[in-house]
Amino acid sequence: MKDLIDILDLTTQEIDELIATAEDIIENPAKYSEKCRGKKLATLFYEPSTRTRLSFEAAMYELGGNVLGFSEANSSSAAKGESVADTARTVSCFADIIAMRHPKEGAPLVASMAASIPVINAGDGGHNHPTQTLTDLLTIKREKGRLGKMVVGCCGDLKFGRTVHSLIGAMSRYEGVEFYLISPEELVIPENVRTDILEKGNIKFVETRSLEDAMPHLDVLYMTRVQRERFFNEADYIRLKDSFILTPDKLTTAKEDLSILHPLPRVNEISTAIDSDPRACYFRQVLCGKYIRMALIMKLLGVE
Amino acid sequence: MIIGTIVNGVVIDHIPAGRGMEIYRYLGLEELDCEVALIKNAPSVKMGKKDIVKVSDVIDLDYDILGFIDPKITVNIIQNGEKVRKIRPQPPERITGILKCKNPRCITFDEQELPQVFRLTDRENLTYRCLYCDTKNS
Repeated sequence: MKDLIDILDLTTQEIDELIATAEDIIENPAKYSEKCRGKKLATLFYEPSTRTRLSFEAAMYELGGNVLGFSEANSSSAAKGESVADTARTVSCFADIIAMRHPKEGAPLVASMAASIPVINAGDGGHNHPTQTLTDLLTIKREKGRLGKMVVGCCGDLKFGRTVHSLIGAMSRYEGVEFYLISPEELVIPENVRTDILEKGNIKFVETRSLEDAMPHLDVLYMTRVQRERFFNEADYIRLKDSFILTPDKLTTAKEDLSILHPLPRVNEISTAIDSDPRACYFRQVLCGKYIRMALIMKLLGVE
Repeated sequence: MIIGTIVNGVVIDHIPAGRGMEIYRYLGLEELDCEVALIKNAPSVKMGKKDIVKVSDVIDLDYDILGFIDPKITVNIIQNGEKVRKIRPQPPERITGILKCKNPRCITFDEQELPQVFRLTDRENLTYRCLYCDTKNS
């Protein structure tokens, strides 16, 4: 495998191997501190990001490698109209691996077809975000001790929330996973996820408008933000942004061992009063992101 | 209505009624110098009505796209008045340069020199999706 564009590029065996490597890194960080000595990661970020970009950079530094790149399109040749393919070919001359975030869907795939070095999709518009999914899977594995036989609730913006699409795609391949899809009518799961993944895979799922109805059934609650940047119409964003807010009272019917995840950043969809609840995993999840990206960089660079 | 039989050429048969012109365009038949007949709404025992395209020359065409339109379409190659070959085009795994992605968030909207590529994701329902953004062809 040269690139990671879509989480489904990885088999479940490969995902399990990445998770095993990440868990070993967590246990023995010193063992990995020189693994990428002399290697360079290019972070090509055409839209803002805090967690993903810093997580990639921290991951590469902790492997002993170096980082170069840009964090907004305006500071790259994209501002002059350079194509994604040309940028990827150029960066292939300077770096050993690329992590790309782009607002347009499919841009990292275009980059991977042009680049001579591995390309990691660090998020392409509302489409895919496979390293967030790997992060989510590592988090769930560490919190639950397993990746199958559980009920996962996805709540919020399921239409544009790329992390949800990738998570459903990945989790559906593990045995006994069921979904509650909780969203306002306007932000339901896209038709291709419903038909190609859930229906085709005979995965049990319930679509609902009520977080309260779903709550008692859930082992994992995956909250998402309604993303302003995905709306063409500001009025639609304003109308929908407060659709689901998780507050302590909503957790009264939740399981004792519920795991609450969020890809972050949050706006107001999880009350800060939840942060001290042991079931809140989202900051532990951020840390998992660094470790799984370390494992992925090593895999794509062929570092043992 | 009678259209003469052809001695050497290609007959594209069992085209769903009303879609013959699409095939005419997809195959670029307007570029040909030979005789081409498009018959609309011809009576059919199996289909009720169908379209037929007849080309009076044995030419090398990419018939894969016909499998995308309808796998029941047949292509008969005629030589010296005899049917020498019957092709049943299958839905191609990929279609390049024919369909266009309508998703404004797709990279192909910004970078219009990129080839428009669609891949077959569901053979049963003939579903094609944009290679880049997974948007369904419609």
